[in-house]
Amino acid sequence: MHGAAAMREIAVVAFAQTDHRRTTDELSEVEMLMPVLHGVLEQTGLKTADIDFTCSGSSDYLAGRAFSFTLALDGVGAWPPISESHVEMDGAWALYEAWTKLLTGDADTALVYSYGKSSPGSVRDVLTRQLDPYYVAPLWPDSVALAALQAQALIDAGDTDEPALAAVAARSRTDASANSHAQVRGSVPQGEYVVRPLRTGDCPPIGDGAAAVILAAGDRARELCERPAWIRGIDHRIEAHGLGVRELTDSPSTRLAAEKAGAFEGPVDTAELHAPFTAQEVVLRKALRLGDDVRVNPSGGALAANPVMAAGLIRIGEAAARIHRGESDRALAHATSGPCLQQNLVAVLEGDPR
Amino acid sequence: MPEVLKAPLVLEFPFTRSLGPVQSAFLTGLRERVVLGVKTRDGRTLVPPVEYDPVTAEEIRDLVEVAPTGTVTTWAWNHEPRRGQPLDTPFAWVLVRLDGADTALLHALDAPGPDAVRTGMRVRVRWAGERTGAITDIACFEPYDGDESPRSTGHSGEFENMVTGIVAPARLDYVYSPGRAQTDYIHALSEQRTVGERCPSCRKVYVPPRGACPTCGVATAEHVEVGPRGTVTTFCIVNIKAKNLDIEVPYVYAHIALDGADLALHGRIGGIPYGQVRMGLRVEAVWSEGGRYPDHYRPTGEPDADYDAYKELL
Amino acid sequence: MSKEPVAVVGIGQTKHVAARRDVSIAGLVREAAQRALEDAQLTWADIDAVVIGKAPDFFEGVMMPELYLADALGAVGKPMLRVHTAGSVGGSTALVAANLVAARVHGTVLTLAFEKQSESNAMWGLSLPIPFQQPLLAGAGGFFAPHVRAYMRRTGAPDTVGSLVAYKDRRNALKNPYAHLHEHDITLEKVQASPMLWDPIRYSETCPSSDGACAMVLTDRAGVARAPRPAAWMHGGAMRSEPTLFAGKDCVSPQAGKDCAADVYRQAGIADPRRDIDAVEMYVPFSWYEPMWLENLGFADEGEGWKLTESGVTELDGDLPVNMSGGVLSTNPIGASGMIRFAEAALQVRGQAGEHQVEGARRVLGHAYGGGSQFFSMWLVGSEPPAS
Repeated sequence: MHGAAAMREIAVVAFAQTDHRRTTDELSEVEMLMPVLHGVLEQTGLKTADIDFTCSGSSDYLAGRAFSFTLALDGVGAWPPISESHVEMDGAWALYEAWTKLLTGDADTALVYSYGKSSPGSVRDVLTRQLDPYYVAPLWPDSVALAALQAQALIDAGDTDEPALAAVAARSRTDASANSHAQVRGSVPQGEYVVRPLRTGDCPPIGDGAAAVILAAGDRARELCERPAWIRGIDHRIEAHGLGVRELTDSPSTRLAAEKAGAFEGPVDTAELHAPFTAQEVVLRKALRLGDDVRVNPSGGALAANPVMAAGLIRIGEAAARIHRGESDRALAHATSGPCLQQNLVAVLEGDPR
Repeated sequence: MPEVLKAPLVLEFPFTRSLGPVQSAFLTGLRERVVLGVKTRDGRTLVPPVEYDPVTAEEIRDLVEVAPTGTVTTWAWNHEPRRGQPLDTPFAWVLVRLDGADTALLHALDAPGPDAVRTGMRVRVRWAGERTGAITDIACFEPYDGDESPRSTGHSGEFENMVTGIVAPARLDYVYSPGRAQTDYIHALSEQRTVGERCPSCRKVYVPPRGACPTCGVATAEHVEVGPRGTVTTFCIVNIKAKNLDIEVPYVYAHIALDGADLALHGRIGGIPYGQVRMGLRVEAVWSEGGRYPDHYRPTGEPDADYDAYKELL
Repeated sequence: MSKEPVAVVGIGQTKHVAARRDVSIAGLVREAAQRALEDAQLTWADIDAVVIGKAPDFFEGVMMPELYLADALGAVGKPMLRVHTAGSVGGSTALVAANLVAARVHGTVLTLAFEKQSESNAMWGLSLPIPFQQPLLAGAGGFFAPHVRAYMRRTGAPDTVGSLVAYKDRRNALKNPYAHLHEHDITLEKVQASPMLWDPIRYSETCPSSDGACAMVLTDRAGVARAPRPAAWMHGGAMRSEPTLFAGKDCVSPQAGKDCAADVYRQAGIADPRRDIDAVEMYVPFSWYEPMWLENLGFADEGEGWKLTESGVTELDGDLPVNMSGGVLSTNPIGASGMIRFAEAALQVRGQAGEHQVEGARRVLGHAYGGGSQFFSMWLVGSEPPAS
């Protein structure tokens, strides 16, 4: 990292998430989010007044409400006034902003949260609004269609086939049996084609959910958590927007972010990858050089629960939680944004030696 | 337990998007059945032509004409077309690298079935019958038997009657659910009662309730009926009629602190000439027939409230 | 480990207008970014990261536009963030970018905020239907007008004060080639005769709807050493939020605004803002917010802000000029307005403000707010490096 001398040590010290569900009609966004905020505060014994900086991630477009994040702030108890910011991106990027704030020394603790309700709208169609407004969005190519184009490119290149994709799906949901928050758990039929070559099983579930994380620096982290998950490196990169310009069978931005984050400087035992579609896991494994000895998505990943705008933050939280519990020593967490892995974030988390 | 309220929410707008010169040339070209690309400094031809080089970030303007024929570089069979997509019948999404181009264009391929589609197959543009200067001037691609005939000849990008903008209507449908606190509030309103919620921590009564006390960050649940009367704490007189509002101008939009509530809600004042509305005016709700909220608030006839009584509730 | 000092070495903005019909969204942001790079004499390759900000995506109907704009802003292969904190977003965006430099994560960051709201229209974007809620208002003015009335009542200010602000800001705009409204034949009488839109706010006292973009290049000490023109050094910056509506909220002078200013002043070593600060670019979308913010920001005691306005202190040639650029009252691409305030403050201390330059301006405050008066972001910039 540029000019990094003795950089502050910053760790994830708490993580909480909702039980992700297909719909949450009976709850508003803040009603869905609040228990998760209380969860991380309880884990650390902190009150809102002890939090130096708050940052959230969400998308107005998902639920069709402009400024929806201003209502979510009610769940935080922003009184007296707080130092707070918001990105219109997955919470993983809100965590990145909070990490930067802690690095400056202006804050020692940060609350990061994100939430997303995909149930009110048609998320497959909503996501088409991310695409080039002149040449692509008017054709309304939905998110499954774009992922399918990427999957076919991988099949053409010999990098995967339908049985291998089905195996990724099955493994993920089987692993999710041990994750009480996951939406799709256990054995699930691979199903019919949605957009070929992707079948229902290759696609993420549609649902609602929220997550929160608390970051703390140095000794503060040690006070708040027995085994902090230290963020040894974190970086994110974006690629060109046009699908026809990019190499869909690879993820150069993931590789670059991983390099900058120091991911390749040592082996990892766990990787939580934000791959809403099975084929994307194939690409990410390649870009991150993950061998068979790495435990990939023990939480079940985004194939088991995909609360859009929180799913990336959850990968970081899940990896951190494994470190907290002593089930991992060095983990990668990845988050993505945009069509076919256009933008990617990689964090390297480590626990103190046991 | 009241049933979950739901209502449709439609977000729809005909976005008017102005174009940069390269886009203008490309889309006008489509109207004229000419496919243009743009050359980068290192000699690549990008189709569709973008305004800025994805590698160097330079502005690029060097246009070329490419062939309306090309090769599929990847595809995905869409057996259930969705609203707004190029075809109503099953089709393949494709990335097509037109002959002469180094990059691929996203569009639809009209083919009888997935078995008729493969990466590497040859396709050609099927032009729309009526073309306006939009990406949909390419109706879709269709299979084509001919060989590659890369064509990349310089083009000025100028046509008669250049298209300088597109209209891109977009509609998204949602089903909106207000959540528990607001649902309880709405149900009480339908019984002509205004019911807020009290924070267990600070004891303030919030109306409309939001399920969370915004200063304490805890859930609110205790129902507290407020009103039926209240005080106008501040207001303005609205003179501009907005399109979707069914209210005649001028009208008074006021903050009304109902008795028992710890903050003011917003409502319209009626039953009094707007010039006579004042801070401190005592009002009560006038319920509309079968409406989900008070239609407006009218004076009760009580003496005005003392400024000190409501100055914290502005 | 102390923070790296942060400075502005490049500023660019577009000529703000009701509708830009000659460029795509990318073209609009590109124009501001290119100007900022040219001002700094840098190329795209010199930029380590890009931080953009704008208001709700519905205004342009493009969700998460950083994805589409990556190529146009030279961000391919780089980190790119998109901030959204309602109306204060332009300011928050600059602060997020500044933090990246202060934390030494990056050396040189391009930050940009924009709105091309003519692609839909601002009224529609601000008044999207919410089921089960009684539609009472369209647009933002009706929401803020009751607070203005409350201020007038609280302070007993003469009701002409608002028109003085509008008259001043629109005249200042005539000296700013980038400002949207250039009302060459404006007079105080015309301002005061203008129809009431949301009484007590008149049409002449209301911000326009504009398309526009504003960009800055932020860098560290090494970057300043290489820069061709004087830098604007960041002496302090802060963000504060409070809930939109809550029991006991002071809507006229929100606590979050006071706390935010106090934090900035503490960082910058400002003991007496009225004396220590030379000029202010504050977010005034409706004229009365000038006296209200003068109090909120500590330039005047509570209840006295309007006196500074009335006595001419805030005029361009006054003792504490406010909104030399013409302010939000003359130019309002919603997502960009906060950054324009921050950029205009920087222009002043760099001596680059041309006809609207305040002579000898050495420390200038930039201020932005958003939401229902709940999000505040501010920075103080100076012509000299910060003391510590």
